[in-house]
Amino acid sequence: MEKARELNPSELMHEYLRHKKRFPHLWCSGCGIGTIMGAIIRAIADCELDRDSVVMVSGIGCSSRMPIYVDFNTLHTTHGRPIAFATGIKLARPELEVIVVTGDGDVAAIGGNHLIHACRRNINLTVVCINNNIYGMTGGQASPTTPQGKVATTARYGDFERAFDLCDLTAGAGAVFVARGAVYYARQLEKLVAQAIRKKGFAFVDVISQCPTYYGRFNKFKSPVEMLYWQRDNTVNVKAAPKMKPEELEGKLITGVLADRDYPEFTELYDELIADLAAGRK
Amino acid sequence: MVLMQGNEALARGALDAGVRFFAGYPITPSTEIAEIMSVELPKVGGKFLQMEDEMGSLAAVIGASLAGAKAMTATSGPGFSLMQENLGYAYMTEVPCLVVDVMRGGPSTGLPTNPSQGDVMQARWGCHGDHPVIALAASSVVDCYNLTVRAVNLAERFRMPVILLSDAVVGHMREDVTLPEKIEVVDREKPHVPYEWYYPYDDSTTAVAPLAPFGTGFRFHVTGLTHDRAGFATTVPAEVDRAIRNLKRKMDRFRHEIIQVEHAHLADAEVVVAAYGICARAAEAATVEARRRGYRVGFINLKTIWPFCFKLVQRVAETAKAIIVPELNLGQLVREFERAVCDRAQVVPINRVDGETITPRQILDVIGELARPGGGA
Repeated sequence: MEKARELNPSELMHEYLRHKKRFPHLWCSGCGIGTIMGAIIRAIADCELDRDSVVMVSGIGCSSRMPIYVDFNTLHTTHGRPIAFATGIKLARPELEVIVVTGDGDVAAIGGNHLIHACRRNINLTVVCINNNIYGMTGGQASPTTPQGKVATTARYGDFERAFDLCDLTAGAGAVFVARGAVYYARQLEKLVAQAIRKKGFAFVDVISQCPTYYGRFNKFKSPVEMLYWQRDNTVNVKAAPKMKPEELEGKLITGVLADRDYPEFTELYDELIADLAAGRK
Repeated sequence: MVLMQGNEALARGALDAGVRFFAGYPITPSTEIAEIMSVELPKVGGKFLQMEDEMGSLAAVIGASLAGAKAMTATSGPGFSLMQENLGYAYMTEVPCLVVDVMRGGPSTGLPTNPSQGDVMQARWGCHGDHPVIALAASSVVDCYNLTVRAVNLAERFRMPVILLSDAVVGHMREDVTLPEKIEVVDREKPHVPYEWYYPYDDSTTAVAPLAPFGTGFRFHVTGLTHDRAGFATTVPAEVDRAIRNLKRKMDRFRHEIIQVEHAHLADAEVVVAAYGICARAAEAATVEARRRGYRVGFINLKTIWPFCFKLVQRVAETAKAIIVPELNLGQLVREFERAVCDRAQVVPINRVDGETITPRQILDVIGELARPGGGA
């Protein structure tokens, strides 16, 4: 889609959004999801993907409502299962570009098992996790990424549990591409998502996002803007990190590409098997 | 004629019906189906995937079906329980697929290697919400083949998941079978309208709304939320009502096509033995023996258990004195017989839950209590 590159940002959004869908969208003002949707759309345009070949799959939650608005093949599935649905689509039709949009509750709690096995399986999917540290749609309950001590409606006295670092988790489980972005760094995020799409194999992008309505209010953030400044002040680019002292890095989240390696991709291995069997080589 | 195991015949039937995608999770007594599919599917260009659990298995199956493949999974009770979530999703989104449940003793881990018919009501009402169901029951190895072909065809024809119930005995036993040389294969209807005119849930002009595979230019939305004809979530009462009623309407309209029942000697039967799955074999043997001894006994084998064959049972109740319903549970489908019969005939359950099958002897004993040789009271 050569044309997409020449469009200005608002024309580009118009090109990729469903015109007939009822706008405004359902996300709260100050929510980070819209910014991430913009970054994903720009990344898809940058990769020159044909809209007909893109499938956006999501689970349940605020972030998982994104497929409603974008003009692709879209699938809003059950809670925690989008990666499993996406796996079926991709294996059945490897020529489709399958992008999963999910949240921290969806992918790390109820869908945690599908996440780690998809990393291990290395099927060519792009998973973007909108990580706002809370369950937004159900009204602000603690999630697997709620930082220890932070408040949620099911952790009124502060959460006891340690948060998952989803990048460590996916890298540990064998994902060939792992990156972390933040809503504050929207242009960097766009590039990270584009890299993830281009990567052959299972690619995971953790996006630090803000939920001003629940997480922000419960945890003494005065405004969405203050939450964005928090993102700016508590992240360090992976390229800058090696030059910094350990005390400067304490409590900071590292952004950028955190893992990038190559391993045979599942659908390609499968197609080789089919070819070998057809040729009598196996 | 070939010697074949039930699960093997089932896998063969699926391949012949055009199934080209299987995702599953190992569970006794269904595992052979996955094992065979893992060997055979890549030989025909199909895909096999062992998933991390049963929720993921059915999710992958639904995804593959939306991508245009005929897709299936196979499991047993504990896995069938886990699949209810995405089974509901497939009913709601009207995605064709085949779910095989090779039943074993339950509840919970139960009796993994023994037969049961404990999942009959779970097949009907296992997932939350109102939804239609097609469930078939296999009673022999040849049934495993034929009913699998039929189940895949029904799924494609009516754009919905179809459940095939088998059990540990039917799945594991070996019989000499002659498979049909030619079978009918049904493919789902695809849209023949311009992209912008396509509504994935509009069945106003066709009996069943056509389903476009992902990636063919239609770019539609699929959601488990109650949706309008375009596929987008709605809470408008009239649209919600239409969406839920349409699922049922499809079933009501084509009930006659879906229900398949074998029967014998109903015309003069004083007592009718009505069974499904493994129990139908004992029922048939008992009927033959009772007839030989001069009892006027009829026989029904329900190859389709859901939707239930109300009309046939009502007709039988007009003439027969009693209907015997043997089941490997504490009485599940027998309640449907009671509802259909409404006291016009006696409904007599025979139940067994010790992990063994009901024998012809057990049924003959009950026939002997209910009827006399030569008929008449």
